[in-house]
Order: sequence, then C-alpha cells, then structure tokens
Amino acid sequence: MLTDIIRADLETEVWECLEMVTDPELDEPITDMGFVERLEVIDARRVEVEFRLPTYWCSPNFAFLMAFGIRREVGALPWVREVQVWLNDHCFGDQVNEGVNSGRAFGEVFAEYCDGADLGEVVEKFMAKAFDRRQEVVLRGLRRRGLGAEEIVAMTVGALDRVVFGSEDEIRQMARYRDLLETQGLADTPDAPAFPTWDGQPIAPADLPAHLDRLRGTRISMEFNGAMCRGLASTRYKEVEIGADGPTLVDFMLGRVPPREDAAMRK
Amino acid sequence: MYKTPDGKEIFVLDGHTHFWDGSPENQANIHGKQFIDCFYAYHTNLSPKEHLWEKSRFEKYSEDDIYRDLFVDGPDDMAIVQTTVLGDFYKEGFGCIERTAEMAKRHPERFIVNGAFDPRDGEKALEYIHYMKEEHNITGVKMYTAEWNGASKGWALNDPQAYKCFELCEKLGIRNIHVHKGPTIIPLSKDAFDVHDVDYAATDFPNLNWIVEHCGQPRLDDFCWIAVQESNVYGGLAVVLPFIHARPRYFAEMIAELLFWVGEDKILFGSDYAIWTPGWLVEKFWNFQIPDDIAEERGVQLTDEIKEKILGLNAAKLYGIDVGAKKSELAGAPVQIAAE
Repeated sequence: MLTDIIRADLETEVWECLEMVTDPELDEPITDMGFVERLEVIDARRVEVEFRLPTYWCSPNFAFLMAFGIRREVGALPWVREVQVWLNDHCFGDQVNEGVNSGRAFGEVFAEYCDGADLGEVVEKFMAKAFDRRQEVVLRGLRRRGLGAEEIVAMTVGALDRVVFGSEDEIRQMARYRDLLETQGLADTPDAPAFPTWDGQPIAPADLPAHLDRLRGTRISMEFNGAMCRGLASTRYKEVEIGADGPTLVDFMLGRVPPREDAAMRK
Repeated sequence: MYKTPDGKEIFVLDGHTHFWDGSPENQANIHGKQFIDCFYAYHTNLSPKEHLWEKSRFEKYSEDDIYRDLFVDGPDDMAIVQTTVLGDFYKEGFGCIERTAEMAKRHPERFIVNGAFDPRDGEKALEYIHYMKEEHNITGVKMYTAEWNGASKGWALNDPQAYKCFELCEKLGIRNIHVHKGPTIIPLSKDAFDVHDVDYAATDFPNLNWIVEHCGQPRLDDFCWIAVQESNVYGGLAVVLPFIHARPRYFAEMIAELLFWVGEDKILFGSDYAIWTPGWLVEKFWNFQIPDDIAEERGVQLTDEIKEKILGLNAAKLYGIDVGAKKSELAGAPVQIAAE
C-alpha cells in the first residue's frame, strides 16, 4: 500500500518533469500533446517511458531530440538511477531507441545519421520561431490593454513583469517568453528592453505593425502543425464503424497516463 | 457545377484528387500500411462526422465511387487526378498513371490525368517522361519530394538530376508542376518540410507553373514569401481547406494570409479526394466569410468573384481550358448515374 502511494508520487514527479520536454517544431510540451503513452517507476529507481508521435513519418531529427530530452529530464531527478525510453511506431524508431538507450551522447549518436552534420542550425531556427510565437502573444496582450507602439517598444523587463495578464494563454506564454529571454541572454537585467528581436535588435515604434505581421505568419504556420498533430494523435489507430445510427469513432486506445488536468489536481 | 443559393452556376475544377489502391493486398511492407493509415487519420481528423468513411472503402474505392463522389454527389465539373507512385511501399504502386488513365478513359471530358517521375532514376526518368507524354499526353506532373527510393529518403527540386527532368518537361509542354512537400527524412540535419527548393526551381524555370500543394504548410510563412517573389508560384488548398469545418477561424486566418501575400489569381481549390470529398468542402467554402476583425487587419475578403476564381477559373487558365466551351460540352453530356 505504502509502496503504491510512493510509486504514484514518483510517477507524478516524472510526469511533471516531462513537461520540460517540448516538441521543437510546435513549441508545446510533449505531455500536453498527448505523446507520452506509458510511464512506469520500478523499485523507486528505474523509470520507463514510452512515447508515440502523431504519425509514423514525423521528423526523425525531432524524434531524436525528444527522446534524448526525456532521458535528460528524467535522469536529472535525484532518485532516478536508470532511464529507458521507447519511441513506438515510427519509421526511425529502431535507430532512435538504440541511440537513446545506448548511454552515448546525443551528438555522437546523431552524427552517424547525417554524415557528421549537426542539428544546431535547425534547432536554432525553431527556437527563433518559438520565441516569435511567445512574443506575439505578449505583444498582442499589451495592445489589448490599450498600450501604444511607443510604450510597448520602450518597455523594460521590470515593467513587463508588473503587467497583470488576463487570459490563460497570455499568462502561460508570458512565463515561457520570460524564460527564453533569460536563458538566451536576450534580457538579463530588470532595466533591459523587454522586446528585442531574436537577433537582439530593438524594434522601432513605427516598425511594430510590420513586426507583428511577421509574427502572425510564424504563428499561423506553427498552429497548423499543432492543430494537425493534436488531431492526428487523437485519431491514430481509430477506425470508423458505420452502424445503424450512422458512423461513430471507435477508440482502440486506452489512456494509461493521467492527463494534464489530473496531474495538476493531485498537487 | 456548384449552384449557389441564388441560382448562379459556378464552374468547379478540382485541382488535386487521387485514384489510389492502398489496400492490404497491395501494401508491400509496413511503410505502405503506415502511409494509408496516415491518410486515414487525416480523413477522420478533419471530416465532418456524416462524411466519414469506413477504413476498407478508404483503402480502395472503385471507378464508380470516384465518379459519383466528384461529379454526381459532388460539384466538380472536372478533376485533376495526380499520380503518386510510392514504388517502395506498394506492389503495384499507390496511385499509378496506368490505373488512373484506365479509369479516366470512361469520362475523358472530365478528367485530367497528371503523371509523376522520380529524378533519382536518372536516364530512366527522362525516358519515362517521354513515354507519359506520348502515351497519355500529360500536361502536368506531381512531384513528391518525400518519396523513398532505395537508400534515399527524399530529394530536392533543385537537385541537378531534377533540373534535367524539368528541362525536358518544358520542351515537351508539360507546364504544370504540382509539388507536395512531405517530410523529407534524410539528411536528418535538415528541416524536413523546408520549401526553399521551390524558390530556386521557380526562378530557374520561369515558363513552368509551380503549384505548391497544401500551400507549403506547415511552412505557410516561407511559402507566402516565395510566392510573392515568384510570379509563377501558385498555392493549392488541399489540406488547408478542410480546416473550414473543424477550425473555421483558423482557416480564415490562413486564407487571409494567402489572399494578402499570394493573391486571388494564384490560389487553387483541391479536395485531395479521397482524403476528403468535394461536396461539403465547396458548399462550406461558398458560404464562408472571413470574420471582420481578420478581414480588416489584412484588408482582404472572400468575395463571390474571388471564390469563383479559386474554385475553377484559376486552374482552368493553367490547364488551358476554355470554361465557356467546357460548360456547353458538359451540359450536352450530363453526369450519368450507373445502374446499381
């Protein structure tokens, strides 16, 4: 009984740390996207995680990144001694599973599959998109509060931190935007400008509308993936049966992992 | 022919359809199974409930099915059927030109059959282009850069071998190059959906029309940028349009971007049949308006005139179809419903 409770707590802990692993292309946590299918803690020291992407063809380079991300985040928990990660039903699954469970470094494993080239440029490109998307939500939130272009582009990080955002999306993306500003060294003091471009350049007040147009384009592209991937993840392996009352979706998959809301409620 | 609520008759040229065999009997391996499963997930994900198909029908449908779904139950006047071979995944090919041509022969006034080739086949690809021109008189091809071919798991439009093929296409009058950017898997160090090769190819072949299916999604932003630079780049709405049902506001944002950047003369309707059927797509599209806030921000709106261009007139121009003459021809040969 006690071990069951401990195990449930440890599994929740793992579940929460997996929120740190994002799909680079979508900038969304893999747990939110429903990619994690099984998670088990054995003897309070060993963790097994199985995940599956929305299609068999999802970019293998990002599958590698997510698999190694899982290994890194789970492995960082103080009580974890051993991590096993499985990617299911993927055209590159064997290579990913062999690589991530071999104990070797990401760069070493990955280089084998691309003639020694690294993934730096692609990762950077998608991090820039993630930055733009988070920034757009914050900028539009400020405009909605009636702030003008001059005020917005002159705003410091300290002033931004004092703004009270309203919608759930604004609050969530504000925290994630601040996180990127800090970790990428784009604004590390309270008096630093809150809205540099990804290249670290200031935005002139007159350029703000054009800047927002560009960010909108980035968002619409990323949202396509997000919407498609959520939908595909939920319909994968489901078939339609035409019965007397018309078609119904038959769910062959049983959720074995607590969804996000459940995990949050147990806190 | 789509008849509007106020009785106007709209010419519909469906720019992107398939006649495939993805059945288990034709699957060569797990990849073939996963490919059709992926299509089926697209179908179940974005179709209205009343238009969902059973898996077995989706895997393989008949000559009667395609005719009925497009022209009898659906509003299409004509349809372009694309070839997608996938020779590494399917024993007899997934959607091959021979099988499609055989089907289309029954109603040549309604079908345009496009070919396909794989530049990685080298000299054989060139021979095959000659063959398709002579045998099927093709005027367009579908390029699937994510196709596997032995050790290769994808190619780019600006590969030197591809350029040789496009030179030949131009010489033979095969002017419409439909491009589908699926995920190119290797090299892993690249962005799998990168669309920039379209930019190079469109610049280097200004006499060919480059129709980018799915409007380059999930790289709509990059696609819009390229389409602005290149006057011979068009956007196909396949996969983009079905969002009109499940996420209409998001569809409005996409179409507003496309109208703003790409323009009303360069957007083409495509149902992507049999992933989706044209009946509900055209109906919903005709009755759609971009919400005011999005329309104002971008300064665009979907007027009836623009919808008519997108549904058929734009594609008719690319394929040299005289819409007036075609309408009279089809009026003299109304759709036939086969006795069941």
